[in-house]
Amino acid sequence: MSKERIKIAPEFFEIMPPEYQDLVQRATFGKEDRGWKDIGTTKELIEEHSLCAGCPESMAFRYILASLPNPEDTVMVGSTGCTSLVFPHVAVHNIHSLFGNQNAIASGLKRALTVRFPGRIKDVVVLAGDGATVDIGLDMTLQAWFRQEKFTTICFDNELYANTGGQESGLMQKGFVAKMAPVGKTFEKVRLPEIARESGCHYVVQCTVSKPSLVEKVVRNAVFVAREIGPTYLQLYTPCILEIGKNSMEGLQEMRDSEKPTERFAYREYVSDAAKQFLAELAAKEKEKKAAAKQLAAQEA
Amino acid sequence: MAEGKSVIGTQNKKGQTYTDPWYMLHEAPRTPSFFTGSEVIKEAIRRASCDVMIAYPITPQSEAAALIGELFAEGYVGDYFRGESEFAVMSECAGAAFGGARVFTTTAGPGTMRAMENFPMWAGARLPIQMIVTCRGINSPLSIQPDTLEISYLLNTGMLVWHAETAQDFFDWILKGYMVAEEPDVHLPLALCCDGFFVTHTKDVVHLTPADMCLPPYDPYRSPVPCMDMECPPVRMMRDPFVMKSNYISYATHASWQQEVWAAVERSRKHTIHWLNGLIDAENTDADILIVTSGTAVSQGREAIRLLEDEGVRCGLVKVKTLRPWPGDEIREATKHAKHIFVPEFNVTGWLAKEIRATIPNSDRVHAGPHVCGGMTMPPEIIVSEIKTALGMRAMSLAGRGS
Ligand SMILES: Cc1ncc(C[n+]2csc(CCOP(=O)(O)OP(=O)(O)O)c2C)c(N)n1
Ligand code: SF4
Repeated sequence: MSKERIKIAPEFFEIMPPEYQDLVQRATFGKEDRGWKDIGTTKELIEEHSLCAGCPESMAFRYILASLPNPEDTVMVGSTGCTSLVFPHVAVHNIHSLFGNQNAIASGLKRALTVRFPGRIKDVVVLAGDGATVDIGLDMTLQAWFRQEKFTTICFDNELYANTGGQESGLMQKGFVAKMAPVGKTFEKVRLPEIARESGCHYVVQCTVSKPSLVEKVVRNAVFVAREIGPTYLQLYTPCILEIGKNSMEGLQEMRDSEKPTERFAYREYVSDAAKQFLAELAAKEKEKKAAAKQLAAQEA
Repeated sequence: MAEGKSVIGTQNKKGQTYTDPWYMLHEAPRTPSFFTGSEVIKEAIRRASCDVMIAYPITPQSEAAALIGELFAEGYVGDYFRGESEFAVMSECAGAAFGGARVFTTTAGPGTMRAMENFPMWAGARLPIQMIVTCRGINSPLSIQPDTLEISYLLNTGMLVWHAETAQDFFDWILKGYMVAEEPDVHLPLALCCDGFFVTHTKDVVHLTPADMCLPPYDPYRSPVPCMDMECPPVRMMRDPFVMKSNYISYATHASWQQEVWAAVERSRKHTIHWLNGLIDAENTDADILIVTSGTAVSQGREAIRLLEDEGVRCGLVKVKTLRPWPGDEIREATKHAKHIFVPEFNVTGWLAKEIRATIPNSDRVHAGPHVCGGMTMPPEIIVSEIKTALGMRAMSLAGRGS
């Protein structure tokens, strides 16, 4: 686990694009304590994006990529939608195949990597919109959980189909008037976090991406639990400011408003007993490591 | 696989020896065995060093898929599971192939149709997955009987499409299929089709290679596009280049990629000729009358030719082995002398006859038919009768037979 794998042959260094030189010299590959605080000081694993200015999906992408515990051995799977505009700019391997089949792709991928690299950690992270996760791909989302596939599913919940221009989605609120829901959506927002819990996910969180430290925590937990215990699910509110009529500076406030305790994106978390025990062990190890480092520093001083 | 190191001669965890594929398939001793087509699929996969097999039941392929499950339990296949539908299975296969695995799956009829969105994606993503298609009816009313209509839908996906006549073809072509599909200049999925039941559920003598020999494993780093395992540098890396509706360059990118996929189909030609000993087999092509067809219709054609011979009518035969790449030159050459070309098919639309007509000069020589569909068998007498009627000879009325 180091930057070794992205080293450039010295003869070619000069002719490589500057972004890549940067990636080799200043990215956080191989840095165990990488996190959102590296943003702005190191080379990020996302170069640029072609989302609408101020789209909260772009913030979410940056935080998630900064939080992956092991990006040098992580493969991401996306789906068609606004997120797929971003993936070509991401410096971890990622797959876009069809609309809605992301959890099936990830199932095959994770299994292939397990067959090919026994004893090595290879993380798989799915990241797709709510249409992909909850509507067209719901069958495959659920079945991957039923089968206890060991990867993390992240849904960017913007409560509609953004990429095709604002049609009704399963995660849309009841009553919302949208394209293809001309008299307002007639059924409730699908309760996927609860379904995820019932379907066998071991770590489920619903929140907004207004707080980077929170995103970092839940992403790391989700990836660690998926690695060792079983499937995990994050549902992150990333409002489509375009379709709800907000301007580029208003995305953050929209998230803050909707995460209040009585609102629909109030923080919610479910952790299975197995995951609880595992996370506690992890925290204890982390504590031990920190204490040892402190002691060492004190001795050296 | 470590660079430059050959695994040939070493053993896998089941004690099989990785064997030079040419030696294994052309020179190694063979044992005659009496097997169904489904059992033959299992025997081929036993020797194929497959990493991942994913299955969903649909008649008549279920048995083959279940038998490969047994192979997994015995430890011959890296991973195996039942997916949630054919669409999902083909996506799961794609995921495994993206991750660098040698992948196998099987389907039939409505399963093929449900999975259809995946096939051009497989080809576009250059995933050398092998899929056995054990053809059956696809239209309503529901039928589980053999009917090759589904093959016509596969022809324009960018996949390689081969059509096996017998269980022996199946055994050899599954193994040879990986050799062709995984060539760096090809690297495309392969649909290896057969006519369900006629091949899958009948027993035949099949000559098998030794069970303790297997193909060398797939090397994903010979792929012309990067393997998704983070073992090579992550340079903002996506499979495949994503093209959006923005400008002329992106249109051009997509267009050139599509053309590259079809160019790869063409490039498979030389490898296929090498491994299958030609894209067609031809007999007596100097005859005025030719039967040109694929799949089990070839066997029925052979019988019809025997019956015609008894009546003093000489008729040649062309067995079309691969549909993609399409053996246009070969068929043109083989049909050069023919005055009448008959194309018996197990489907209602006659897609093979259309392909042949589009390929050869003086295409009114092509008699599309006979066609049987919906799972009907094709008695050789029907072919004989079609030929004799077209030639203005008196044909026996089949309806009146035995009365
Ligand atoms: C089979 C198929 N049906 C429909 C589409 C069209 N389509 C592309 S993106 C999209 C909506 C995406 O919505 P969502 O998953 O919520 O992501 P968002 O764009 O909101 O981020 C649709 C319907 C498609 N690409 N494929
Ligand atoms: S359409 Fe909506 S979700 Fe998509 S990039 Fe724009 S603001 Fe973001």
